[in-house]
Amino acid sequence: MIAFLAKRLAVGFATLLASSVIVFFVLEVLPGDPARIMLGMNASPETLAALRLEMGLDRPIPIRYLDWIMGLAIGDFGRSYTYSSTVMDLILERLGVSLPLAVIALTLSTLIAIPVGVFAAARRGRAADTITMGAAQVGVAIPNFWFALLLIYVFAVGLRLVPAGGFPGWGETLADNWQALKALILPAVALALPQAAILARVTRSAMVDVMGEDYIRTARAKGMPHRTVLWRHALRNALIPVLTIMGLQFAFLLAGTIIIENVFYLPGLGRLIFQAIIQRDLIVVEGVLMLLVATIILINLAVDICYALIDPRLRLSR
Amino acid sequence: MSLDPVFVPTPKRNFFLRALHNRSFLIGLIVTGSIALMALVSFFWVPYDITRLEVANRMQGISLSHPFGTDHMGRDILSMIMVGSRNSIAVAIVAVGLGMGLGVPLGTWAAARGGLPDDLLMRFNDVIFAFPALISALMITAIFGPGAVNAIIAIGIFNVPVFARIARAGALALWPREFILAARACGKGRLVITIEHILPNIASLLLVQGTIQFALGILAEAGLSYLGLGAQPPMPSWGRMLFDAQTRIALAPHLALFPGLAIAITVLGLNLLGDGLRDLLDPRLRHTR
Amino acid sequence: MSLLEIENLSLSIGDVPILKNIELSIAPGEVMGIVGESGSGKSLTALAIMKLLPEGTMARGRVTFDGIDILSAPEPSMCRLRGDDIGMVFQEPMTALNPVKTIGEQVAEGIRWHTGARRADAEKRARAMLDRVGLPESKVPLSRYPHELSGGQRQRVVIAIACALRPKLLIADEPTTALDVVLQAQILELLRDLVQENRMSLLLISHDLAVVAEMADRITIMRRGAVIETGDTTRVLTRQAHPYTRQLAEASAHVPARAAAAAPPAAEPLLEVRDVVRDYPLRRRSLLARPGKFRAVDGVSFSLRAGQSIALVGRSGCGKSTLARMILALDRPTSGTIRFMGEDIATRANDALRPARRNMQVVFQDPYGSFNPRHKAERLVAEPLHLLDEPLSKAERRTLVAETLEQVGLSAADMDKYPHEFSGGQRQRLSIARAIITKPKLIIADEPVSALDVSIRAQILDLFADLNARLNLAYLFITHDLTAARAITDTVLVMHEGRIVETGPTETVLRHPASDVARTLVAAAPNLAQALETRQRRLANAEGSFGLPFDPHTS
Repeated sequence: MIAFLAKRLAVGFATLLASSVIVFFVLEVLPGDPARIMLGMNASPETLAALRLEMGLDRPIPIRYLDWIMGLAIGDFGRSYTYSSTVMDLILERLGVSLPLAVIALTLSTLIAIPVGVFAAARRGRAADTITMGAAQVGVAIPNFWFALLLIYVFAVGLRLVPAGGFPGWGETLADNWQALKALILPAVALALPQAAILARVTRSAMVDVMGEDYIRTARAKGMPHRTVLWRHALRNALIPVLTIMGLQFAFLLAGTIIIENVFYLPGLGRLIFQAIIQRDLIVVEGVLMLLVATIILINLAVDICYALIDPRLRLSR
Repeated sequence: MSLDPVFVPTPKRNFFLRALHNRSFLIGLIVTGSIALMALVSFFWVPYDITRLEVANRMQGISLSHPFGTDHMGRDILSMIMVGSRNSIAVAIVAVGLGMGLGVPLGTWAAARGGLPDDLLMRFNDVIFAFPALISALMITAIFGPGAVNAIIAIGIFNVPVFARIARAGALALWPREFILAARACGKGRLVITIEHILPNIASLLLVQGTIQFALGILAEAGLSYLGLGAQPPMPSWGRMLFDAQTRIALAPHLALFPGLAIAITVLGLNLLGDGLRDLLDPRLRHTR
Repeated sequence: MSLLEIENLSLSIGDVPILKNIELSIAPGEVMGIVGESGSGKSLTALAIMKLLPEGTMARGRVTFDGIDILSAPEPSMCRLRGDDIGMVFQEPMTALNPVKTIGEQVAEGIRWHTGARRADAEKRARAMLDRVGLPESKVPLSRYPHELSGGQRQRVVIAIACALRPKLLIADEPTTALDVVLQAQILELLRDLVQENRMSLLLISHDLAVVAEMADRITIMRRGAVIETGDTTRVLTRQAHPYTRQLAEASAHVPARAAAAAPPAAEPLLEVRDVVRDYPLRRRSLLARPGKFRAVDGVSFSLRAGQSIALVGRSGCGKSTLARMILALDRPTSGTIRFMGEDIATRANDALRPARRNMQVVFQDPYGSFNPRHKAERLVAEPLHLLDEPLSKAERRTLVAETLEQVGLSAADMDKYPHEFSGGQRQRLSIARAIITKPKLIIADEPVSALDVSIRAQILDLFADLNARLNLAYLFITHDLTAARAITDTVLVMHEGRIVETGPTETVLRHPASDVARTLVAAAPNLAQALETRQRRLANAEGSFGLPFDPHTS
């Protein structure tokens, strides 16, 4: 198990390094002169030179990369050109929106999807299965930002239950925080439901596959009723494909937050990177990209470790 | 167990018969076929010219002359959706083509070689998987500015590891099979075996995944153009139409309704088609549904 | 009164009738054997008793177990019966256990479920049961997972689960088919002992007449969903009243008529294997440790002349298939030389192997996995023609394929069929056709008959013998089945843990094995004639105190 962990950590670290090379290459090497991109065509030679100096563009590329990556390692993401604040501070501020949003959405989608998937698998071929899976099939097809618009139309414009967008910020009092949470409800639902539809389908088909395995028959031959076998023997085996999809989904969820934050005008990381792109603030773009990519890699690492916890066969280092 | 599986492989004649009885496949085929037809028709005929702006006619509701209404510039929404479908379909086709074209050779090659090339490919996949289409699109746009080509590249790149994985897994399951050993005992090389034996046997796997990725491509393109990172105006795109509709949702909700429905129906059709194909092509699953 | 009584049981899936009017009864403490070829419905009969039939199966008739009408019993009362009064052992030990639960949990689970015992008590009972089936604490603690056990050990765990609550009836569905002969003998002995100790009834299902003859008091012969004959084992098998019974009995002891070793010893051996070693790297134990290695083949030498037929026998995992792959140049030896027709094939590049490959072909075990399901028979059989230096024209190729198909007992019309349109036996013929189409001198056959039903097996063995005589083909026949080896080979090599431990003429080695390994193999091989004799002797000893004072064998 320790060898397995060490190996997975090493692989995760290598992936992270490779990703950082890609980000650095695309944003700093490919454009030739990032300073010109940031300032646009009409910049004066003096401002250009000043920014070049500040970004250290006069130094050789490998040195710049090393400098950048060492900075990242100690949490120094550089200074934003447009916000006149460190990228780290910007990220920390915006995480207060994006992190709760992602966590609520992920929890919501898991809590809906797995019971629904198991339920449908247990009633395979019956009306309940057909109806839930039909609904899931539709859910998979709905783009989350369109779903968000529909939610806004019904719950914000129509029923006026929640705000249509914006974020009041977390506050001191419970009432403030409730207002902030309310602003996250629709975005979280818009993110979670399409994901839940995918996950429910995966859960159902994984359960159906597992229910056909020989060891399920062995368990039935011990005298355990169908439902008990479903929960005690099938679910844990079915979790492996489900986890795989959850790992992949997390990446889509992060990407989804970028869109959803823009739909609801939420000041999160997604909105930050989006605006940074429009303002060509490459330093912010780099920092946020690395954070997103690192999170995805970390989640995949966590998924791998969960595999090993669920399935003893995967604990051997391979 | 020796519950002799009633194994009924797929005689070709039967395929069409069974296809006619597969609801998912039929509905999926009809829906996708209609969308494709709509895109084709839009090259020759649309109800209204979408390049002409008639501000006087803006944001009209549903009527006989404009079945889906008009947008904030007075353009006919039905016509916009018809022309917009080209963009969605083109981006998705190229992105899936890119993913298959690079991913399948990579995956089958890794499976045939094993060892270091295989390890490297898997690590490479891990890296690409850390860049979902939207994130690489953001990265590319930061440097080159927005455009449909960027969207294609971003979506296509993410498809490469998807197909590489599927092809590799399918090929790895086939290599130890006895018919491959027999082919090797006939002195056939890895390339010949991959072409003659591996590819035909993973084709159905790839086809099913292709329809799924196609659907995901349509969704991703819509997301990108919603953010303004995809096709640029005046080229209409479904995602962009939704963006334009958003600020006017209280006044004219139908602006948001039809483009969204177009996306959802297309994706639904493709997913149904994929499900149906899976049932039809994979004999293992036939009796489990 | 009988413990289990099946009356007039019929099963159908959809409109397809599967079982027709099955009659079967088992008395308390009795061992009943069901014998039948694949598709005879024997497994479904067992599942009907457990009421674990696949969805959509319609059952009619009456199944009474211990006074309970099973077919109309509600599910909760079936749950009380299963695992408590009826235990079941399945064919495939590799998949019968849940991979994510420890064996302790899996054995204790049924005990807790039925007795309501606490975890600790249930685990104590599970421990005792595992000890009883030959898995002591020191070797196999309760915390082991199934993947850490061998196939034989896993089957013991399955038996422990089935017998944990001393059921009145134990059903064993092909419990040893997936195991090699030595493990088979051990598992059968374990089952016999458990049944006697606990006075259980046993319903043993097998395709192997000899296995059932050794184990069962009474026997039921099934074919195509119907009972052909039932009765006392000795009587049914000695009288062979029903033609199908006779056919089965003859097929399982079938030895093809072979011409005595045809070719005179040629000066030059066709195949010469010298000191061949093959190591595989083992998985690293930790990041720092050097990876160990596993020696699959350890210094093997032998030679084979043109037209000669050699059997390579040994238990599963002894290295015989690895050796075959090296001879076929699908894998390279770590050291040693393999010369075929005078040329060293172990070191050659793939292209330089063409002449050797043309003269050496292979037949595999699994007639289902041997063919690309998407190609027609013509293309499948013609695949080795790619080794010819001069490509044949389309017409020539078709003629050659047609001739070859006829040589193996198929017809030229079969050329345009897909593999799934052939039966198992026909597919094995197809596989042989593919192997002989380049007119090779040597065929390597890896367990070519062990996946086939007995009657088909006899036919394929005949075909091998016939081709050996007609085409002067040499065989390297890899098998764990001694009867198959005896049927068509002159010389036998016994392999164990990568080494060849005994060599000699097949009859001599099988009659008077010299090494322990060979003795174990021979003793473990099920043998119908011997089983019947033992049975009769036991009967005679039990009936009269004036039994024959001498063993009829020794005279």
